[in-house]
Amino acid sequence: MTAEQIIFLIVAGVTLASALLVVTTRNLVHAALWLVATLFGVAIIYAILNAGFIAVVQVVVYIGAIAILFIFAVMLTRRELRDNTPQLNRNWWSGALVAVLTFAGLASLLSRWSGFSKTAAALPSGFDAVAELGNQLVSPDAFVLPFEVASVLLLAAMVGAVYVAFTRK
Amino acid sequence: MIPLSWYLIFAAALFSVGLFGALSRKNAVAILLGIELMLNAINVNLVAFWRYGDVAVMAGQVFAVIVFAVAAAEVSVGLALVISVYRRRNTVIADELDMLKW
Repeated sequence: MTAEQIIFLIVAGVTLASALLVVTTRNLVHAALWLVATLFGVAIIYAILNAGFIAVVQVVVYIGAIAILFIFAVMLTRRELRDNTPQLNRNWWSGALVAVLTFAGLASLLSRWSGFSKTAAALPSGFDAVAELGNQLVSPDAFVLPFEVASVLLLAAMVGAVYVAFTRK
Repeated sequence: MIPLSWYLIFAAALFSVGLFGALSRKNAVAILLGIELMLNAINVNLVAFWRYGDVAVMAGQVFAVIVFAVAAAEVSVGLALVISVYRRRNTVIADELDMLKW
């Protein structure tokens, strides 16, 4: 077993354990902090996959913005003594059943696929994934339209969020 | 080298954990936490398929960036709704939010 595989297994194990704590911890502030740990583990997975830009965006956007937004929302909507009551609804066992069946279905479907145990080819020498991603994101022949639509979507979401959360006096 | 299967199984497990959270949590904010886990699992798959396919085709990474933008939009609107509902109803428990208008 190579060092890369050992690192992957450790990171994946820690990430899955913190993901389980995100969905089971009673204290929601702690759940949001476990989400930060999970997102950081996923960022390390991106780094192992040679996707440096995605790893950095994961840290900046997910941990820096989304997780902090979650912590704000949890603290703004907290009530005392709610942390001591069960945080799972009455039908949590059917939710667990659906989740286990989804995992089993995905695993069996994937294991029958021919490319399942494919290994990655080495990156071509001189290949700069970040530069290539930047070029293709703004190239009219590639992905400039989805890129612009995403920025319009973010603007619309921002206006919508301000409108919905605005207090009318 | 790490085979592709490890990433796919990891992403499937992360997706299932997020699905359990989204289905079983009472608190609306916690449901959104579960949805974030599912979106992350999808991104792991997209980036893994980029790396194990033709790396010159950047569609996997571009799609991951678009998913980031959609996740940011979803979470900002979702949390704004949760806060707005909390101001009016003083609760964020999904079971108690069963009226369209009050």
